[in-house]
Amino acid sequence: MIRIQELKKHYLMGDSLVKALDGVSLHIPPESFVSIVGPSGSGKSTLMNLLGCLDTPSSGSYKLDGIEVSSLNDNQLAEIRNTKIGFIFQGFNLVSKLTALENVELPLIYSGCSAKERLSRAKEALAKVGLGNRLNHLPTELSGGQQQRVAIARALVSNPPLILADEPTGNLDSHSGQEIMQLFKDLHNLGNTIVLITHDNSVANQAQRVLRILDGQIVEDKEVS
Amino acid sequence: MGVWQAFRMAVKSIRSNKVRSFLTMLGVIIGVGAVITAVAFAQGSTKQITDRISALGTELVQVSITGRNTNRDITLKELEEFTLENEQKIAAMSPLISSQYTVKAGRNSVDTSVKGTTYDYSKISKQDIAAGRYISDIDNEYRQKVAVIGSRVKDELFGEEDPLGKTIKMESQIFVVVGVLDELNQGQQGTSDDQVIIPITAAQRLMKNTSIRNYSFLAASAEDVDSVMDVLTEYLTGVYGSSDMFRINNAAQTLDTLSSVTDTMMTVLGGIAAISLLVGGIGIMNIMLVSVTERTREIGIRKAIGAKRRNILAQFLIEALIVTGIGGMIGLLLGTSAIWLIGKIGIVPAVYSPLWMILAFGISLLVGVVFGMFPANKASRLNPITALRHE
Ligand SMILES: Nc1ncnc2c1ncn2[C@@H]1O[C@H](COP(=O)(O)OP(=O)(O)O)[C@@H](O)[C@H]1O
Ligand SMILES: [Mg+2]
Repeated sequence: MIRIQELKKHYLMGDSLVKALDGVSLHIPPESFVSIVGPSGSGKSTLMNLLGCLDTPSSGSYKLDGIEVSSLNDNQLAEIRNTKIGFIFQGFNLVSKLTALENVELPLIYSGCSAKERLSRAKEALAKVGLGNRLNHLPTELSGGQQQRVAIARALVSNPPLILADEPTGNLDSHSGQEIMQLFKDLHNLGNTIVLITHDNSVANQAQRVLRILDGQIVEDKEVS
Repeated sequence: MGVWQAFRMAVKSIRSNKVRSFLTMLGVIIGVGAVITAVAFAQGSTKQITDRISALGTELVQVSITGRNTNRDITLKELEEFTLENEQKIAAMSPLISSQYTVKAGRNSVDTSVKGTTYDYSKISKQDIAAGRYISDIDNEYRQKVAVIGSRVKDELFGEEDPLGKTIKMESQIFVVVGVLDELNQGQQGTSDDQVIIPITAAQRLMKNTSIRNYSFLAASAEDVDSVMDVLTEYLTGVYGSSDMFRINNAAQTLDTLSSVTDTMMTVLGGIAAISLLVGGIGIMNIMLVSVTERTREIGIRKAIGAKRRNILAQFLIEALIVTGIGGMIGLLLGTSAIWLIGKIGIVPAVYSPLWMILAFGISLLVGVVFGMFPANKASRLNPITALRHE
């Protein structure tokens, strides 16, 4: 599914070069459940944004389903984000002026789904994350956990094979966090590939495989029994 | 994603950002509304002035004697003879002396303009009789104290009563009303409905003034105007020995000089209109640019979940078009209402100028679209992460 080689992302901050990602090579086969752990500032989000085709690397290669991503143009990238990837942001990133239902409908609007199908699939996705009774709430009218679920429903709604989640439980209490983790396990059992970032070891160990990142490099890659 | 979907998205966005949408609209409303009102005002005033002048008649030649201390003055009798000699060119001639008087009838009184003239003044002023008769040459010959009154004077002094045969008093002199003039200006004050016409001989006595300084000549046709002015100039120069002692005017010539004045007025008001558009435009820009941060994040989110650049641009373009379009409509509506109101109150005639309406609307629309699209276009080029990080 994912194959990256010597991927680098450097930022020039004034005179100093920040090596947010410093040569990462990685293979993630389909239907894996991988977690990425590491201290704050180690480059987890940077890696995830590159995997999600949201950002472009400074150098290196990224093949998604055999396609070299860096050779794609803006429109082709948008299409990949729309159909192949469900991205869950650390900060939710919901459109604040749209209701939960409208937020979840957005990816389907851009994929050209009919209004009727959109509505039923968005409702279904929200029901799946346990928000079937909060369809017309604005993000500000929802708790953090509920907003995170809306974001997850939005990531799920177009049935993408790859789901990427940047600290999905980071802002939640342990109970909501556990519920969200259960959701990911269910999705994994349905055949989705899941990559999630966390700095919580107990969360990380619920995955099949744990990658540890430090200073922009993978320092550990272990299978969980 | 089709146009319809982009349209629905734009409407949703406008409705969920009511304040921003309203403020943008306000810019357009001010721009369009102010411009068309200002232009209508300018054109209305211009029209009013030119209408009034051309109502005087372009065949009219006016002579005023300006010289004083002359031992030799032209007399009415001499000019009547001159008119007769030139009867192919001159259709009518009348002298005019006028003054402001308080006219009384019973307990009622009215301040109005009193004019002493002859029967021909009815042809020159193009104002006929509604009832009774006009002052006649015989009235003049016998210094009859008779009067023809305008509709406003009649209303003020006699109300609904029939004024014919009744008397009016000016400076304790008594005049008999023999006629009522046609109403030409809805009986408004200061117009030709607000006057009293009496024989020139009676007026000279009333006003204790025997010298007549104003004469009007009606050319037989518009083509004769130049020739009438020429013979008059020649004749009067012969009488006075100099052309400095009198002035000869024609309405058409006056119109010519006035058109340069009204041109200046249009330029000034056009400038004001342009400034209104600019102010409206800056308002639109301001709002659009202020919302860039918020909107850049929104664009980042939309791109992250699969929106293409053209999806973003379509949404923002339609949004800008709807907001400025509705604003423009409201501006047009308010502007035309203002014009209608100004016309109704009677400050100046209502003049609707489609050209300026289209121009004002078009420019506002352009400003709205350009400044609505400018940030959107910039943000839609960013990669999603950069857009999401925008502060
Ligand atoms: N846009 C940016 N400009 C400059 N430096 C950045 C930018 N984004 C991230 N970084 C730097 O890259 C490093 C990795 O950041 P990030 O991937 O967000 O870490 P994590 O998600 O593991 O906490 C940090 O040192 C951060 O300061
Ligand atoms: Mg992070």
